[in-house]
Amino acid sequence: MTEMTYREALNQALREEMERDDRVFLMGEEVGIYQGAYKVSKGLLQRFGPMRVVDTPITEPAFVGVGIGAAMVGLRPVIEVMTFNFAILALDQIINHAAKIRFMSGGQVAVPLVIRGPGGGAHQLAAQHSHSLESLFAHVPGLKVVMPATPKDVKGLFKAAVRDDNPIIFIEGELLYPVRGQVPEEEYVIPIGKGEVKRPGKDVTIIAYSKMLHLVMAVADDLSKEGIEAEVVDPRTIRPLDIDLLVGSVRKTGRCVIVEEGWRFCGVGSEISAILYGRCFDDLDAPIERVTGLDVPMPYARNLEKSVVPSKERVVQAVRKTLYME
Amino acid sequence: MASKVVMPRLSDTMEEGVLIRWYKQEGEAVEAGDSLAEVETDKAVMDLQAFASGVLRKILIQAGEAVPVGTVIGVIGAPKEDLTTLLEHMVSVEGAAVVARPAEDGEKTGGRTFDAEKGAAMEAMVEEEAARERGRLKISPLARRLAEEKGVDLTLVRGTGPGGRVVERDVEAVLATAGPARVEVSAEEYEDQPLSQMRKAIARNVSQSKAPVPHFYVSRAIAVGRLLDLKSQLETVPGGLKVTITDLLVKAAALALGQYPRLNVSYLEAEGKPVIRHYRRIHIGVAVGLEDGLITPVIRNCQAKDLRAIAGESRALIDRARKRALLPEEYTGATFSLSNLGMLGVESFSAIIVPPQAAVLAVGAIREVPVAEGGQVTVRKELTATLSCDHRAVDGLQAGQWLDVFTKILENPAGLLVQ
Repeated sequence: MTEMTYREALNQALREEMERDDRVFLMGEEVGIYQGAYKVSKGLLQRFGPMRVVDTPITEPAFVGVGIGAAMVGLRPVIEVMTFNFAILALDQIINHAAKIRFMSGGQVAVPLVIRGPGGGAHQLAAQHSHSLESLFAHVPGLKVVMPATPKDVKGLFKAAVRDDNPIIFIEGELLYPVRGQVPEEEYVIPIGKGEVKRPGKDVTIIAYSKMLHLVMAVADDLSKEGIEAEVVDPRTIRPLDIDLLVGSVRKTGRCVIVEEGWRFCGVGSEISAILYGRCFDDLDAPIERVTGLDVPMPYARNLEKSVVPSKERVVQAVRKTLYME
Repeated sequence: MASKVVMPRLSDTMEEGVLIRWYKQEGEAVEAGDSLAEVETDKAVMDLQAFASGVLRKILIQAGEAVPVGTVIGVIGAPKEDLTTLLEHMVSVEGAAVVARPAEDGEKTGGRTFDAEKGAAMEAMVEEEAARERGRLKISPLARRLAEEKGVDLTLVRGTGPGGRVVERDVEAVLATAGPARVEVSAEEYEDQPLSQMRKAIARNVSQSKAPVPHFYVSRAIAVGRLLDLKSQLETVPGGLKVTITDLLVKAAALALGQYPRLNVSYLEAEGKPVIRHYRRIHIGVAVGLEDGLITPVIRNCQAKDLRAIAGESRALIDRARKRALLPEEYTGATFSLSNLGMLGVESFSAIIVPPQAAVLAVGAIREVPVAEGGQVTVRKELTATLSCDHRAVDGLQAGQWLDVFTKILENPAGLLVQ
């Protein structure tokens, strides 16, 4: 094991996959000469040259479309969107083409494409640059949505994404890039669709992914001091979802809190809770609680932004509610 | 237009009633306000009055049958009215909704409705009871599964979740207090007696008190020689007053609650938050044992009643209690209760609190006992009083202080006459 940042783990994964398979290439805004807006592609232009690390104009529909075309003819493109807020510009390419071509060609043409970049809010980026769009992408059959929270997971899942024959929406976290963690030195791949229990517990299941996992792990530590042992489960992939893992945990604890940064209405937690109500009906002692971003465009003001994003206090309150302690 | 006669809810804990007998036969004319039938509730035997005029066209429930509150038991209508449709739709009638439904012509009904003044806690109890009547118990799926697996009788579980929802910890609480597994005995060795309505109500109420209310007890011996002197003087002086020991204890408890009101309280939920409710008035319940149960008539506004008034009221209420003729408002709403088993020779005992009251005083027999005082052993008459308190509302300090005030009043009993 080696300690490194999320950013370094991702860089390593890109480098190793490009070395392993010369069909893999990276394309996007400022990925080459500038070494990536968030320095994820540091050193790759120097190592692989401008044919495999391609700087593009600021035109998401075009370079996402080029990526889809390249995938259709046998390459394995990795398209970097500077943030997923800009992927909205390329939604037609993603939803109408990337997600559909394999089905509409009767399985003759696959689209082995990874679209990656940071999602979610950061600090005071305001309404247009703070989106958590995973539920929007996860809504579309034909797309897989991956949201790793730790350096180890981002490396293992990125490798799986590159090797998958389907279009993958790979959402990182702007605030996760500097997060440090242990990463195995040997080669490993984490399968898409497999979650992980990040902390075992018996009293309540807290489901969280990406940035929210770190918030929830801190809450679980606090709760432990007052004798509440929370089991923290990270699905890691939003679609396909590791339903059996979530069901197993909720059957054990009888209580569930789902935390996500995105909007509440039709959020990822809406789907997870609907599944859990069906599969765990006889196991629940309390209604499932959801902690989400508030249903408003993200305010710019620091104090308002703080009140929109899920906080430790809101998670603790939700946990206490499922335990009938409120 | 035909009108349904339903089993009314005659007390706030009534779930079902036994139809003792019909006063009217099918085909007999009925005036609104006439007594139609005699009904046994969990507390009393009462008359069921007609709320519509016409002819008693149908008797649907025969004498001796027990039916849930809200069940249609008969139909009043015009002599030749066609009842086919009404009777066909009878099966779909939602039980509790039709209790004390007003008659079509707007005549005043004989049905009793729940007094909304009694506050949130009582409303919650009523809601819980109504849910039980509808056959709907609010319970989390996990708690239901656990209860099924462990064989817990859900009617004995008190829900502590929102709206009285039974949750896992409530079932676990019952499991924790349950005794060891029953030893199987053959049927010849016992006889099962069905519970009377009152027995059922007592069984449920005491379980709902003792399990969730954390009881604690403080006891004290009280010298009553002077109290007994006072009692006999009261009886012998011209224009005197015959009082029982219980009357004197009620008056003394009322005075003590007036001087030390910290015990005249309830721990309950108001607007979703737990509060200690301090009552401005003192209503004392007096437990009266009956052959197959007990009932606690309430002497209201004791803070404003002298000994004569308390004794008179107490005598009338106890008399009516023994005849099982108390009205619901005569045995509900106490803020404090008293139970005296002295006449049975019981030295001391502890009583179970009647929620939402916070305390009950249990009094034992008056006995002659040797007492060491100033190095000398003397004999005095005393009784032992034991106060059961709800520890959520009251602590040992308050219980002890109240008992001290109560003791001083009884040991200097002239105060009972002047206050």
